[in-house]
Amino acid sequence: MAAANEHTVLQFATPSSTTSATTSILTARIHPLVIFNVCDCFVRRPDSAERVIGTLLGSILPDGTVDIRNSYAVPHNESSDQVAVDIDYHHNMLASHLKVNPKEIIVGWYSTGLGVNGGSALIHDFYAREVTNPIHLTVDTGFTNGEGAIKAFVSSNLSLGDRQLAAQFQEVPVDLRMVEAERVGYDVLKATAVDKLPNDMEGMELTMERLLSLINDVYKYVDSVVEGQTPPDNNIGRFIAEAVASLPKLPPQVFDNLVNDSLQDQLLLLYLSSITRTQLSLAEKLNTAAQML
Amino acid sequence: MATMARSFLQAISKDEAVAPPLRVVQIEGLAVLKIIKHCKEFAPTLVTGQLLGLDVGSVLEVTNCFPFPVRDDDEEIEADGANYQLEMMRCLREVNVDNNTVGWYQSTVLGSYQTVELIETFMNYQENIKRCVCIIYDPSKADLGVLALKALKLSDSFMELYRAGNFTGEKLREKNFSWMDIFEEIPIKVSNSALVSAFMTELETDAPVSQGDYDRLQSSTTPFLENNMEFLIKCMDDLSMEQQKFQYYYRNLSRQQAQQQAWLQKRRTENMARRSAGEEPLPEEDPSNPIFKPIPEPSRLESFLITNQVSNFCGQINGVAGQNFSRLYLTKALHEN
Repeated sequence: MAAANEHTVLQFATPSSTTSATTSILTARIHPLVIFNVCDCFVRRPDSAERVIGTLLGSILPDGTVDIRNSYAVPHNESSDQVAVDIDYHHNMLASHLKVNPKEIIVGWYSTGLGVNGGSALIHDFYAREVTNPIHLTVDTGFTNGEGAIKAFVSSNLSLGDRQLAAQFQEVPVDLRMVEAERVGYDVLKATAVDKLPNDMEGMELTMERLLSLINDVYKYVDSVVEGQTPPDNNIGRFIAEAVASLPKLPPQVFDNLVNDSLQDQLLLLYLSSITRTQLSLAEKLNTAAQML
Repeated sequence: MATMARSFLQAISKDEAVAPPLRVVQIEGLAVLKIIKHCKEFAPTLVTGQLLGLDVGSVLEVTNCFPFPVRDDDEEIEADGANYQLEMMRCLREVNVDNNTVGWYQSTVLGSYQTVELIETFMNYQENIKRCVCIIYDPSKADLGVLALKALKLSDSFMELYRAGNFTGEKLREKNFSWMDIFEEIPIKVSNSALVSAFMTELETDAPVSQGDYDRLQSSTTPFLENNMEFLIKCMDDLSMEQQKFQYYYRNLSRQQAQQQAWLQKRRTENMARRSAGEEPLPEEDPSNPIFKPIPEPSRLESFLITNQVSNFCGQINGVAGQNFSRLYLTKALHEN
């Protein structure tokens, strides 16, 4: 842009040109805790505020993925033409969070509500001063369009010659890592009230039922293909063949021995623990029942 | 009119005097996820954090929580820790989060959390808050696909005993107090706001099998069981040491009693001789004699705690072994087909 031509060019200053290529952001990975946090802050917002903003914490992986692991809300005031963000609060909370987990740094900010507006650009500017290339997450708590859209944006600056025109927000694909939520169990997290946490045996039962239904489905599918009702799909067939082949090929005698040995081990452990329990109750009776002379 | 007003006042004051016993702990999904995240990130280090919420009737609601930074053993960090807590509570207050401390949570390894420190922390909290609860999360058990979250509280009778500082056998027999009465486990309920529930319903994947199922169906539970057995054996050793202490005490006590009897006999004969000689009899007690010094009875608190831990381990082994049975039968059935 050194030479002043007759035609000035509309330039995109893409993130990859200002920083090195390895830190261009490709995707955003979001952990379920962030969504819970955002929803909770939205529910608790002061009545005057229409939306909530907050900081996103996480880390940037070397392949360009932004791993968003935690978040906290920041109080702010928004009117039609100006935006005020409580910067002290933001820094205080950041310091507190860093004390617990110094590896989680600022990676961007979030706001509720669909879409990006003028105020967001100003806030994004502020965050751009804190970290290079912040990511902006919008969580649509209003469920416009009938779905709760979670979108992530990166901004790049539009400049005409030397003048800054606008900031363009480009959408970045979002990867929702629900592994932790799955571990806890969707039933627990989905319902508004769960009366009792499932204990191990109940969880086991659920899993077995699911496995059984899966096997039934596969069975029905294979049957219908054999009878010619559904067109065979080679990929599915290959998957099924792989799954069946992954069962270890042991002669039945060896397998039976294996299973019986394991069963006996478990029984031994059960026996040991019952003995220990009896020993405990006996010892306790003896201890406290001993008479002083 | 006046009598009605007075009886109303009386009714209110009577309600305040007796707080209903804590029956249920209601946690929000947000707090559950936070606790799990924090404990898992720092495993195997043990971490703690604070619980915030409301105390409503017989339900203790936990609406949020924040983790404590890991402290190196340094005296000046004491003030830092308190500052951190105040700072966090103040900041959370500004975003309308319930600012009330209702307890704390901690992670544990294989369920070995019954220590004297736990009791001391409880007593510390109890002085400031009327009702507090401790939530224990076990990340090692979570690898087996179980949501290992437990809410604990010290029983009232135990707290009285602890304040009196007296754990002798007689006192315990009076109150009919056994090792099972130290901790009370409170059932946990999980609640979620409607917004979160809407999001979760939408984000739930359509896959028929989830990660939790994968965890539960894996059959290699040996490391978990091995560690459990190791801890169990160590605890039994500790328990036998405690019992030896008691044996030693009793032996000393009986020996002292015998000595006292012998001394008493000698005194009596001496007195009889003196009386026959016309002199004053010597007193039958002599507090300055060392054999009359009472031997302190060792406290039973340690042995109770160890007993609790052992019983916990046994329970865990039972649970996992039971699960293994089902898994083994499953593989057997699969193979036969």
